[in-house]
Amino acid sequence: MRPAGPKEEELDKMKQDIILSGVGGQGILSIAFVIDNAALKEGLSFKQAEVHGMAQRGGAVQSHLRLSSDSIFSDLVPQGEADMILSVEPLETLRYLDYLAPDGVIVASSSPFVNIPNYPELDEVISRIKAVERSILIDSEALAKEAGFARAQNMVMLGAASPFLILKEESLRDYIRVLFEPRGEKVVDVNLKAYQLGRDAAIQQQQKM
Amino acid sequence: MKQEILLGDEAVALGAIHAGLSGAYSYPGTPASEIMEYLIRHSDGGKNYVASWAVNEKVAFEEALGTSFAGKRAMVSMKHVGLNVAADPFMNSAITGANGGLIVVVADDPGMHSSQNEQDSRYYAQFGQIFCFEPSNHQEAYDLTREAFEISEKFGVPVMVRMVTRLAHSRSGVQPRPAKEQNPIKYGKGKEWILLPVNARRQFKILVEKQKELVRASDDSDFNVLSLNEKNTSLGVIASGIACNYVYENYKKTEERPSILKVSSYPLPEKKVDILVQHADTILIVEEGYPFIEKSLTGMFGIHGKFVKGKLTGHLPMTGELSPAAVRQALDLAPLEKREIGDFQLAGRPPQLCQGCGHRDTYDALNKALESYAHSHVFSDIGCYTLGALPPYNAIESCVCMGASVGMAKGGAEAGVFPSVAVIGDSTFAHSGLTPLLDAATVDTNMTVLILDNATVAMTGGQPTFASGEKLVRTIEGIGVAKDHIRTIIPLPKNLEENTRIIKEEIDHSGLSVIIAARECVQQARKKRS
Repeated sequence: MRPAGPKEEELDKMKQDIILSGVGGQGILSIAFVIDNAALKEGLSFKQAEVHGMAQRGGAVQSHLRLSSDSIFSDLVPQGEADMILSVEPLETLRYLDYLAPDGVIVASSSPFVNIPNYPELDEVISRIKAVERSILIDSEALAKEAGFARAQNMVMLGAASPFLILKEESLRDYIRVLFEPRGEKVVDVNLKAYQLGRDAAIQQQQKM
Repeated sequence: MKQEILLGDEAVALGAIHAGLSGAYSYPGTPASEIMEYLIRHSDGGKNYVASWAVNEKVAFEEALGTSFAGKRAMVSMKHVGLNVAADPFMNSAITGANGGLIVVVADDPGMHSSQNEQDSRYYAQFGQIFCFEPSNHQEAYDLTREAFEISEKFGVPVMVRMVTRLAHSRSGVQPRPAKEQNPIKYGKGKEWILLPVNARRQFKILVEKQKELVRASDDSDFNVLSLNEKNTSLGVIASGIACNYVYENYKKTEERPSILKVSSYPLPEKKVDILVQHADTILIVEEGYPFIEKSLTGMFGIHGKFVKGKLTGHLPMTGELSPAAVRQALDLAPLEKREIGDFQLAGRPPQLCQGCGHRDTYDALNKALESYAHSHVFSDIGCYTLGALPPYNAIESCVCMGASVGMAKGGAEAGVFPSVAVIGDSTFAHSGLTPLLDAATVDTNMTVLILDNATVAMTGGQPTFASGEKLVRTIEGIGVAKDHIRTIIPLPKNLEENTRIIKEEIDHSGLSVIIAARECVQQARKKRS
């Protein structure tokens, strides 16, 4: 059952499949929280498969996030059908390349999280991401620091993805507020700033795309 | 009522609350832990209903069974391997029958995301001869859990709700319905609950006689959906739970779908299965887990004149998790175009012990202590410290099941392994390590047990434990381990030398020693600070 929202015809064939990826502890589930709630508010169906347990301990983590104006069946995005890979870490972007649709977009952080001894050459990783026609690379580490909180890289990346999402910006901002409100107004502001910096950087690159 | 965003696990929990749940018990285990976490969060400190972690799954099951005996609605939840621990009360609860509704939620882990096997709990339901629901989405997880209580009380049997990781740990919107009142107290009857042979024989016969009614209940259930495509008699599909979603996913238009029977309950709806089988020449069986339905249908000789395909025929993989792509292939549809990574070597990123975790220091000391022995064996157990198997530690040689480290160290020692060392966490020790340690203490086996006491069930998200700190020490004393050989170390980098010395001393002691490595989990300490 779908709650009341935009009229059926406005939603005609709205669908977006996203692979969210990163390393355990980078906060990809916070990105998912904001998108899930925004989707529900806007009357979209959504399913979001996530990883708990062992992998959360510093391992590769991913979440399949599906939005649609229609019913969604599989919790998993079929390989070759993801409209977007949204990744908080460059190497973790490439791990899910086989999910990306031919016209899909990559929104990836260029800041590596090196916690393994055999991390590949960063230049090689970056050039592999750039080889995808529609790709945006964001220095999320620098922008998060600029916003005033090094751990806000996830919100930088959510901001960078926002121009491509089928969700209203206002809804995203609302749920960033809901997510961080328990930790005080200052934390909310810092995360909203991180979001905005990511968004601005992506829009700038998008114009060149 | 408003739609809520819930994990599949949470949808089960909310369904139970709204069905008039009185008591719920569980032991943490991925992917089932979030059921009890949700129940505890919403119990208003136990005022609404009892929601409690138990020391292990067997105890949890028996506590739920006691609630059912009292005529109240009870739920016990666990991961799939937890049901092995609870198998004794599980099998016998089918013989006593349920007085108040009794629901056993078991979360299977196909693909072994966080488990040591991918056993399929539907076999347990069949083994116990009870009813079983298998939801395919969040709304069904909610609805079928409610329905499970009705079935349980109607037929007087426990009912299993079988979950799988993908549903347990996926979020979606759920539309709840108004809650029911809890049952009043109504005691069970002795002749049903005293399983002396004279009663058990009668009770077992009653259970066997109920089977036909259970099949009828499946056939009558609206959740087993038969959709015939009159234009297509070549292929028919039987798909259960989330596997059915992967079938639907592969047909963009409903009218393109072949005939499909969506199975949501067991025993199988025989009439609906029969109609589908009669309708099509080839039957594809799609199910997450073992080929349970497939074997039920084909038996030893198959179905005359029909081709039944699935996992047994190699059309779907026998191991691991299903995916839209795997099911697509079995449906004979052209594969979707996908990108290739080419010759690039994607470095793996396995999970690892947290920075600053005390287990790191324990393993550093243990590895150093063992350097001077020609042979040694470290039997480990289930928990974060199992990650000591990976580099740079490579510190352990076994991980089998909850508590196995202690029993295996004893058996190993008695077979001539020296040093024979067990490594076990405080929660796993309370769960299943106490009894084998009692064994070892009775005969003073020449072995060394390291209990890593971080005061929490860390791997599953920090649930409370039952024997930590002083209580743990007193428990070990009470079991009969010599006081002089119960030692405590603080696993910190600055204590490396001292800890190494203590471990070596106790290994060299000819008899049983227990060393407790006590330091709070860093994740829990961080949570407390924030």
